[in-house]
Amino acid sequence: MEGNTETKLKLNGADAILKVLDEQGVEVIFGYPGGAVLPIYDALFKSNSIKHILVRHEQAAVHAAEGYARSTGKVGVVLVTSGPGATNAVTGLTDALMDSVPIVCLSGQVPTHLIGNDAFQEADTTGITRPCTKHNYLVKDVQKLCSTLHEAFHVARTGRPGPVVIDLPKDIQLSECEYVSRQDRHGRRYKPSTDPDKNKIIQVAKLLVNAKKPIIYGGGGLINSGPEASKLLKELVHITGIPTTLTLMGLGAFPCDDKLFLGMLGMHGTYEANLSMYNCDVMLNIGARFDDRITGNLKEFSPNSKKIHIDIDPSSINKSVAVEIPIVSDATFAMQELIKELKKLKFERAENRIGVWLKQIDEWRGRKCLNFTQQGSVIKPQYAIKRLYEKTKDIETYITTEVGQHQMWAAQYYGFSKPNRWMTSGGLGTMGYGFPSAMGVQVAHPGKLVIDIAGEASFLMNMQELSTVAQYKLPVKVFIINNQWMGMVRQWQQLIHGGRYSESYTESLPDFKALAEAFGLVGLRAESVDQLDGVIDQMISSKSAVVCDVQVSKDENCFPMIPSGAAHYDMLLSSEDKQKNSVSQDGMVLV
Amino acid sequence: MTDKKEIRCTLSVLVDNEPGVLARVIGLFSGRGYNIESLTVAEIDDLDSISRISIVTCGTPMVIEQIKAQLRRLVPVHDIDDLSDKSFHVERELALVKIANTGSSRIEALRIAQSFRAHTIDSTLDSFVFEITGNSSKLAAFISLMRAIGEVEIARSGVCAMSRGKISNLKQREDML
Repeated sequence: MEGNTETKLKLNGADAILKVLDEQGVEVIFGYPGGAVLPIYDALFKSNSIKHILVRHEQAAVHAAEGYARSTGKVGVVLVTSGPGATNAVTGLTDALMDSVPIVCLSGQVPTHLIGNDAFQEADTTGITRPCTKHNYLVKDVQKLCSTLHEAFHVARTGRPGPVVIDLPKDIQLSECEYVSRQDRHGRRYKPSTDPDKNKIIQVAKLLVNAKKPIIYGGGGLINSGPEASKLLKELVHITGIPTTLTLMGLGAFPCDDKLFLGMLGMHGTYEANLSMYNCDVMLNIGARFDDRITGNLKEFSPNSKKIHIDIDPSSINKSVAVEIPIVSDATFAMQELIKELKKLKFERAENRIGVWLKQIDEWRGRKCLNFTQQGSVIKPQYAIKRLYEKTKDIETYITTEVGQHQMWAAQYYGFSKPNRWMTSGGLGTMGYGFPSAMGVQVAHPGKLVIDIAGEASFLMNMQELSTVAQYKLPVKVFIINNQWMGMVRQWQQLIHGGRYSESYTESLPDFKALAEAFGLVGLRAESVDQLDGVIDQMISSKSAVVCDVQVSKDENCFPMIPSGAAHYDMLLSSEDKQKNSVSQDGMVLV
Repeated sequence: MTDKKEIRCTLSVLVDNEPGVLARVIGLFSGRGYNIESLTVAEIDDLDSISRISIVTCGTPMVIEQIKAQLRRLVPVHDIDDLSDKSFHVERELALVKIANTGSSRIEALRIAQSFRAHTIDSTLDSFVFEITGNSSKLAAFISLMRAIGEVEIARSGVCAMSRGKISNLKQREDML
């Protein structure tokens, strides 16, 4: 092809890096400069094609890139300096690894001749990030720079996505190299398989239509597979009439208002979802990984079911739960084949086929496990989120969260009907994720409503980013469910540690309204239930970033809850619901 | 699959010989709490920069499957051969055994070495260094005999292994090129 003329293009390393990013379709970089990346920043200064968002802490850069990636399906790009820049990024990288978010993180490094010398701002970045990335590189030969960068994007976005770090010594950024264009075949390296085994799909189709008590359990793989997967899931559910539940990571892959949706499952999942998992006879897992938040006590996890597991990552299959039919595949391809097979089969309508099961599930639904009563003037956190949902459901809204009680309430009371609208730290559970993540979402979707449902303690962890949203006029809304406690810690101390509230009260909270105003942003506060709607309206209509301090009742706990180490049928539905047995010694050690 | 009994397993892993690849493999084992009984690594193809890592590990069948799946996830890993799956495979290990003793035990050491087909590769008036190859249990037997008759110092290579019969990695090797 025309590659001949192109391969002769000579560039210095920094310019080559930007050209690769450009060729890979990168629109925005989240970063923070420093000595070891100055040549790249110099190249950025001269380039017009790529936007740079200057964060206030490198952890926030990665979370912002995660928000960007999860709301668009594209690769998020991060640029940090050597040493502290790279170590600050570690939490974000680990978060992206746990939640399978495609990230490419470029880190500066001291010049090659100083590596290993304890040079200023030197850290063994590839050593430190090896266990918290999908893959990482140290580029020591400038001629390999371009191909390494292209491969990094390929690794980040294909198979089960994840973060990739490329450590770039400063001399490499300054030396000249021949530019190498993007190739879609990466030769011998990294070719994950994405197509399902057809014979197994035929087995699955038969199993599904002959099941008496089937359930579909979907996870984040449905989101990562692209919007097509959510459409196919809807089709699959409607062809078969099988009730469906989603994990925290999967919310949005199936419409929340569909009759066959059982809500989220797991530790704080619904009564009906968890009991259906326990009692089912056939379980179809698509893109979820039998996480410990989902299974509870493994010995008692869905003991009488035949399990089918569709996952793109072979290491997720048979890791903690042994399954009868393992299928290594992309969710979209597997569902396409499965729907094709189902259409060949003749089977009765769901009411006749699995009517008893659907009736049983309706009975469980009848418990209305998410009911709560808003009494008096003190705002209940559940009520605040419910009102937020009701006031934003007709607007295209993107929700991020921090980690803790508010996160679970958001998952329970905010309804999602489309994929890529819900960004939360699931695997790692990173407090401080939501606000910078919301920045990234807002950068990707200017003009759309982006709300970080936050806890006051989590927000304190990355609130320096108020400066970033002010600089770039990102109208992110922070909706703080403020109960003055690290609520989930307090809840566990109450339930498991005899009410000894060790260090879980947040003393000396700032005046969040004044804090927002100090950055030139809008601050709002709701102290009683009659103020709530007005404050939400004001927040939504504001063109500025808003910090909205919603002061809620302090002692509310998050229910339903499967206490650690317990089985799905052992749920606590309210504070009054005394545990039959106090948490066992085995359960105590679990997190 | 749910079998709780631990089995011993020899894995042969073909990897790109690039910086950090061994750290990746070892980090995977330590980070996920898998056992390593023995590990050897060396470049086997300098043209394509391919190394073979032979790992002896143990765990329940479910854990062994996990180890293989996790290894396969590593970008520089090309191919994994579970040699314990095969009905036939060969394993060899090399040991250098230095023994210091005098008098009749010194003669006894030489005699045992001969019957184990160990080579004498160094000798002083009060010591020998023997080189012995074989499977791990043969080496263990030899070493325990040596221990009984003198002061010993030992260096072992770890297990090298491959399947018998046809060249098993050819297909993947062709794909790589």
